[in-house]
Amino acid sequence: MRLLALALSAAALALAACGDDDNEATAGAGEKPRLVVSAAASMTEALESCGPEFQDATVRLQFAGSDELAAQIRQGLKPDVYAAANTTLPDELYQEGLLSRPVEFATNTFVLAVPNDADIQSLDDLTKSGVKIAIGAEDVPIGSYTRETLAKLPKRREQAILDNVRSNEPDVKGIIGKLTQGAADAGFVYVTDVNATGGDLEAVELPAELRPEVTYGAGVVDGAEQPERALEFVDQLVDGPCADALEEAGFGPAP
Amino acid sequence: MRASWFPVLLVLALATALTFLTLPIVAIFVDSSPGELVDALGEQGALEALWLSVRTTAASLAIILIVGTPAAYLLATRSFRGKAMVVTLIELPLVLPPAVAGIALLAAVGPSGILGGAVEAAGIELALTTAGVVVALTFVASPFYVRQAMAAFAAIDRTLLDASRTLGASEARSFARVMIPTAMPGLVAGTALALGRALGEFGATLMFAGSFEGITQTVPLAIYDRFSTQFDSALALSAVLVAVSGAILLSVKLVQGSEALGVAAN
Repeated sequence: MRLLALALSAAALALAACGDDDNEATAGAGEKPRLVVSAAASMTEALESCGPEFQDATVRLQFAGSDELAAQIRQGLKPDVYAAANTTLPDELYQEGLLSRPVEFATNTFVLAVPNDADIQSLDDLTKSGVKIAIGAEDVPIGSYTRETLAKLPKRREQAILDNVRSNEPDVKGIIGKLTQGAADAGFVYVTDVNATGGDLEAVELPAELRPEVTYGAGVVDGAEQPERALEFVDQLVDGPCADALEEAGFGPAP
Repeated sequence: MRASWFPVLLVLALATALTFLTLPIVAIFVDSSPGELVDALGEQGALEALWLSVRTTAASLAIILIVGTPAAYLLATRSFRGKAMVVTLIELPLVLPPAVAGIALLAAVGPSGILGGAVEAAGIELALTTAGVVVALTFVASPFYVRQAMAAFAAIDRTLLDASRTLGASEARSFARVMIPTAMPGLVAGTALALGRALGEFGATLMFAGSFEGITQTVPLAIYDRFSTQFDSALALSAVLVAVSGAILLSVKLVQGSEALGVAAN
């Protein structure tokens, strides 16, 4: 029995050691608390550049499709901040009592992205047979913006374009990857994603009457471990280093 | 009392492992009623994903068996310089993260990969196609089969092969009539493991073949796609995968008998 107790205390020690790792990580970064930010994949580059500048906490960023991140929160995961590529998902979470009242902090431009040597220069070119298009899956914001935009076209053209869709990607990064690897010929993304490829892709602007309004919303997750710091982070998305980084990446100011 | 602590510790460890490993699986079935599961499966896209998974897995298994069996036989029956290296290279995909497999496939046979031009010139389209899914599945699953098949062939008593050869059978004939039947339990086990791996493939498929209903969206991709808004449907598909994978594993155990259960034969 004594050895069993020994084994148990060894296990307890192992668990404690895991805990220590966490403490060490925080201590290493100047004893700052950790702030977990779940953000839409389209903000990856911008937030990674400004995240370390946040004074009050060590920011840990996780990026995915806004819908996946919302689903995680609904399943009980508690990041401190949720920043989405639309206002619908944060509004829904707010209605469900899972998020503070969302703040609109940036806008983006919905564009058609093509490799820089492509002959596709307009929506019309997308209707040709053999053109391979990658778009966002229906539930991710980029996917619903895409469907919303295409629905404004005459039925025939909308169908011709949808018939050329070869992949419904879970987030914008997936679409960009398919384009830069040459697997797809065109895709609908945000202009900031095209900017982030450093010239591999180019953005084809869409007619103003077709462009959806792309507004990003963020809020503090209910039950966040660091609610005050989370609120501070959200404020800085509107005005602060992260707002600057977003602007530099090509995002527009909040409406 | 003195000597009794050890068995208690063993039981405790097993109970911990069992709880940890089965709880999430059980949750899949508890979180939704059987009726809901069936309803969710009746939905058009779910069945399409299942059918696509069945077809692509079958195709990749066919390739794996046809190429992998003789390759494994060669590795098991011959010694040559650099054999350890060859075996390591063949086994490498076993330990590669799926995302690496996806990137590697794109870099090799993707449209802008090193062999992309040749593949295109041959009139083959892999990226974003069902054929691409088969390539991804074959890449990640074949080592499971080849490894197991090698072990099965290597375990055969050489005198059996020698006897067959002495009786005038060519090596090809001995391979087909003696070696394969004798190695069968191991080959079946390897097939089952490759099957399980192929059915569950996610990362490489998404990166290399994309995700499109009926074309490239296999069950794991469909689960991911549904996770955010159709959780029930995602659960139902997960339940099917668990059931199928469980059945595969169990059949392997049955084929291999007590050997696979780890009880040493006396």
